[in-house]
Amino acid sequence: MLLLECPYCGVKAEETELTAGGEAHLKRFGPGSSGEEFEAYMFARKNPKGVHFERWRHAYGCGKWFLAARCTATLEVFGTYPAQTTEPPADLVEKIKAKRPDWKGTK
Amino acid sequence: MSKVASALGGARFDGFASVSEIGPLGMITLRAKPDVKGLAAAVKAVTGTKLPAQRRVERAGDKVAAWMSPDEYLLILPYAEVKAALATLADKLAGQHHLAVDVSDARAVFRIEGAEAAQVLMKLAPADLTALEPGEIRRTRIAQVAGAFWADETGFTLVCFRSVAGYVMGLLSHSAQPGSELF
Ligand SMILES: [Zn+2]
Repeated sequence: MLLLECPYCGVKAEETELTAGGEAHLKRFGPGSSGEEFEAYMFARKNPKGVHFERWRHAYGCGKWFLAARCTATLEVFGTYPAQTTEPPADLVEKIKAKRPDWKGTK
Repeated sequence: MSKVASALGGARFDGFASVSEIGPLGMITLRAKPDVKGLAAAVKAVTGTKLPAQRRVERAGDKVAAWMSPDEYLLILPYAEVKAALATLADKLAGQHHLAVDVSDARAVFRIEGAEAAQVLMKLAPADLTALEPGEIRRTRIAQVAGAFWADETGFTLVCFRSVAGYVMGLLSHSAQPGSELF
C-alpha cells in the first residue's frame, strides 16, 4: 500500500484515491524540435530502481496534480510537493541525499 | 414547476447502524480562491458560517459550508433557498473571479447514524476514520465511486453523485448488515 500526502489538502491519500501520471519534471519538446528530441520527450523515461520523481493526481479528492519523490525499490516516500515547479524543492533533495548517499541527484 | 424529489425517495435501512437517504438539499458549488475579496462575507451571507479552512466543515443550523479543495467550497442550504443564495453570491462577489453553480439535483445525500456508524464507512473507504476530526470533511472513494463525508454529534453525512445513489445505498446497507460489525 502506498500513501501519499496531497500537498493541497493535507490528506494522506491511499494509492487507489490517486491517479498515477508517470515521471515528473519532463521538459517538453514540441513544434520546431528535432525528431530525436521529440521522440525522447514522448517515450524515453528514466525508469530507475531507486529514487524517482512522479506526477500524481488527487483524483478522488481535490482533483489537483502534485509531485512525489519515492523509492521504486522500497516504496519509501521521501516527500510530496505542489506541481507548480520545474524541479524538486532543495530541502527535499537534501533529505533524499542524506538517506541515499549513492544517489546521483536529479541531473 | 415539477415536484422536487430526492434520488431514492428517502430510502432507509436499519442494521447495526441506520442508513437513510435524505434531501432534497440545496447545494451550491462555489469556486474561488480563499483570498478573493469579499468571499468570507459572501459565504456568511448565504450560510451564516465563517469561511471553512482546509478540510473543515462549518455549520450554522441547517446550513453548511465545506472546504472541497484550495479553490472550491460546497454550500448546503434548504432546497428552496438556492435561487436567492445564488443571487446573493453574484451580488457580493460581483467583479471578483469566482463561479457559483446550483448542483442540488446532481447530488444524493445520506445520513449514517448510530454508535457504530463509523464502521459502515471504514469498510467502504480507504480513509482513516479514526483520524477524522469532528468537523473535518474527507473526500474519498466509496467503493468504486467518488464521495465525501463528515461527522457530527449523531453520525455522518455522506454526499455522492445522484447517478450512483442506488449503488451507494446498496453499499451502505450491505456494510451495515446486522452481525457484520468490525469490532
Ligand atoms: Zn488533494
